[in-house]
Parts: sequence; structure tokens; C-alpha cells
Amino acid sequence: MFTLSFRRDFRVPDVVSSALRPLPLLPLEIFLQQLASNIVTRHPDILTRIGRTDLLRFGIDPTDVPFAIEIELRDGVVGVHLRRELDEQSQHARISGTLAALMRLVDGEADGDALFFSREIVVTGDIAAVLALRNAVDAAEIGILREAAALIGLWISEPGRLLRGMLTDEPRRERRAQDERFRQ
Amino acid sequence: MTSSAANDLELICPAGTPPALRVAVDAGAHAVYCGFQDETNARNFPGLNFSRADMAAAIDYAHQRNCKVFIAVNTFPRAGDAALWRRAIDDAAALGADAVILADIGLLAYAAERQPDLRLHLSVQAAASSPEAIRFYTDTFGVKRVVLPRVLSVAEIADINAAVACETEVFVFGGLCVMEEGRCSLSSYVTGRSPNMHGVCSPPSHVSYHEADGSFVSRLGNFTINRIPARQPAAYPTLCKGAFRAGGTVGQVFEDAVSLDASKLLPALSRAGVKALKIEGRQRSRAYTRAVVGAFRAALDAMANNTEIPLGILLQLSEGQSATHGAYVKTWR
Repeated sequence: MFTLSFRRDFRVPDVVSSALRPLPLLPLEIFLQQLASNIVTRHPDILTRIGRTDLLRFGIDPTDVPFAIEIELRDGVVGVHLRRELDEQSQHARISGTLAALMRLVDGEADGDALFFSREIVVTGDIAAVLALRNAVDAAEIGILREAAALIGLWISEPGRLLRGMLTDEPRRERRAQDERFRQ
Repeated sequence: MTSSAANDLELICPAGTPPALRVAVDAGAHAVYCGFQDETNARNFPGLNFSRADMAAAIDYAHQRNCKVFIAVNTFPRAGDAALWRRAIDDAAALGADAVILADIGLLAYAAERQPDLRLHLSVQAAASSPEAIRFYTDTFGVKRVVLPRVLSVAEIADINAAVACETEVFVFGGLCVMEEGRCSLSSYVTGRSPNMHGVCSPPSHVSYHEADGSFVSRLGNFTINRIPARQPAAYPTLCKGAFRAGGTVGQVFEDAVSLDASKLLPALSRAGVKALKIEGRQRSRAYTRAVVGAFRAALDAMANNTEIPLGILLQLSEGQSATHGAYVKTWR
């Protein structure tokens, strides 16, 4: 299993952040929604550990990129929305910090309390919900960059596989071979 | 100190979740302590702790690697409602725990009578700080190890060890309590919930943070606990570590927002006859567990090999990013 991680002091350069600003958020939102759904499917214990079925809306604010992420949990379903800015009133809790700090937290590379003590992350709102989320995510042993890389790989390989299927008789040959094996 | 004495020291490490337990075992813990997912243990925070199935798998993982598992059942039951705590003791025995860590004398009596093969450790929550108190627990309930409250100097620990027959365990790293362990009512006073009864000090449901006038303000219930200027380290808002105005000055009246780090004192603690060294922090992450357990295991290995103990690498994990020797070296204000 390979490991990907952010350096502790990594900060998205301003020039990159500025270049991202005019881009539409929808493609990234679709990607993050799929990523979050995959993670919750693969790690159902996250929702069990959070232990709440009422609506919980977290605002995740990476301070060095020009968008924020709203994560909504309700009845075991996760929803992800990207926002240019978070509306203070619409989230139950909010976690802010550099993208690297937040990613290292999710990946279990950094300790949430240490990031809080050093003011690298700031939390406001429902602190019990934040702690439950943090503990549940830490217990799930998520490798978020690894999960993202796997999803990107799937998105690249899946259209290719479908295209190959349409242009060649590979699937029919596979089915015929399976039938042969079954008959034997 | 001799290397054989260092070899005999056990490193007792915290785990709030099954992955943290595996990290602790892999990082060199001799034993890991953890609790069930309810108010029977003193780290009853949301998202933490072990289901019965988690615990069975965790004990299996640890035992396969020659690591022990102690289950903390170290809160005090509600009057007339001890069933949850008794079930925790019975389940700990059934799951094959190497010891239970208890504080309440009723539960100690129950465990001694109903689970005679289960090893009993006395929690720091029992606050047994004299040979007489310790002998009461060892003679009455057969307690094999006492976790000493964090009020004693190294010399006082040596005196206790000379006077008692059981093993002693002391904290060497992590958050400090206000030295009224098992008797503190500050959290109860503000929130109605306490570490002693509910397993949670300053529960996060009563905590809030906000920015005001350029300062980071932390509150517990209706009380402002701290106003921290920009770029200064923050701390969790427990009442005991709050800054208050008293006698014309503003400061930490009860206790500073610092963590214990006794890594420099390991040889002295070993000479004082301590058997086990405990790391606080079941509410912390895998990253904390990996770093702290790894550092203390390296320190013990260095002692055993008579080489220099690596120091000062854990400051960024400390509350307030500041460390103290606590009561081990008493320099009262």
C-alpha cells in the first residue's frame, strides 16, 4: 500500500489559489461527493462513531484555497457542497485551517489537539459534533489522497473500459470464455 | 541506575480507538489501557472508545504481540444504579483483559468477589496517596497495582514504594489534572457533568469558541475560561486551567495550561521503585499515540542500553505547547 501525505508547512501558493478562483466548482463538487460516498461506504464505522442521525452540517474551510466545503450528514447519508464562502449561520460547526493541516488531520498524520493548541486549525460551533467527527475519522484510518487517487484512476479507467467494450468484442469474448469454463 | 531496572519498567499507553491501540502496540507499548463506549470510563468523549466486539479484537491483536490490555472502569457508579459498571467488569473478565482499572470501593469489592482471577489496578481517580490508603486497597481487595495521584514528588514516591508491597504506576506524559483527582467538582459546578460520574471533564457539548477583539475566546457553559491573543497557543477550556482576575492580577489561578513531561525523570522514577510509566491521552489521535509512545519507548530502550535519553521532542503535542515536571519536582508559586 502506498502512502501520500502533505508536508506539515505546505501552503497552497497564492498564485495557484488565484488561478483556481474563476474555475467552476461543480466538477470538483461531483468528485468530492463521490469521494465522500466511497469513504462512508468503505468505512461505515464513521457514522456509527459519530452516533447521530439528526442533520449535522459541517463547514470545512481550507484557508488557502478559494472555496469551502459543506459536509452534510443525515440518517447515514453524506452530502458534499462547495461554497465560495461559508455562511456562518447555516453550519452546526466549522473547522478552518490550511488545506495541508486539514488533510493531515483526516489522514491521521497530525493530531487534532496539537493543531488546535498551535492555532493551525480553528473550530467553532458544536464542539461535541466536531470531536465526534474527528474521533470517528481518526478511527477509520482513511488515506484521503490514496482514496482520491483511486477514484481518479477509476474515472480515467472506467470510460476507457466502456469505450473498449463498445469498439471491440472483448466483453462478448469474456462471456464466452466464462460459459466455457462453467460447462467444463 | 542499572539497565535491568530499566528493562523492568512497563510502558502503559492510551488508546481511544482500535486503530490507536494497534498504533500503540506497534510503537512498543508493554500494555495499553482503554475503555468501553459508555460512562464507565473517564474518557467518555463522543466518537471514542470500544464496543465489546472492538475490545475482543483489540485484546486478540495485543496478546498476539505480547502486549497487555487494561480496561478502565474508573468512574464512580450512580447510587443504586451500578449495573452498567458491574457489566463492564464482568465483560472485561470474559474478554480476557489483563487487568481492570477501578476507583470505586463498591466495584473493587464486586470485582474481588465475582471475578477473583481478574487482576485489579487502582485508578488514579481513587487518589490513594499514602501507604495507609494503598494498604487498605491491597489488603481489602487484593489490588496488585496502584496508579499514584499526580500530587507526589519523586522522593515521596520512593517513600511509598518502600512502605507498600504492591506495584506502583505513575504518569509521565500528558494532560494534568488539578491534583484533586476523583474529588474535583469544578466541571460539575459549571456543566452538571464530571469526570468522576460521567467520565467527561468539561464536556464538549458545553464548550464554545469565538473570536472577539482579536482574541480567541474559549467558554465553558456560561463562563469565559480564556482570552488568548493572536498567535499564542490555545488550550481546552477546563475551569482549572482558566485565566481569572484575582488579587489585582489576571492569570491561571488553579493550574497552568501545560502538559506533564517527565521524560527527564525516568531514571529517578525507576530508582524510586516505580513499576510502570503511564501516558495520558485516550482522547487524542493516532498521530499523538504514535509520537508519544514511540518517544517513550525509545527513552526506555536508551535507559536499558545506558545511552542518553532523547528529550524535548514532544512539546508541540502538549497542551498550551508547554511542559512541566508537575509535582515530581515541587516548585510551588
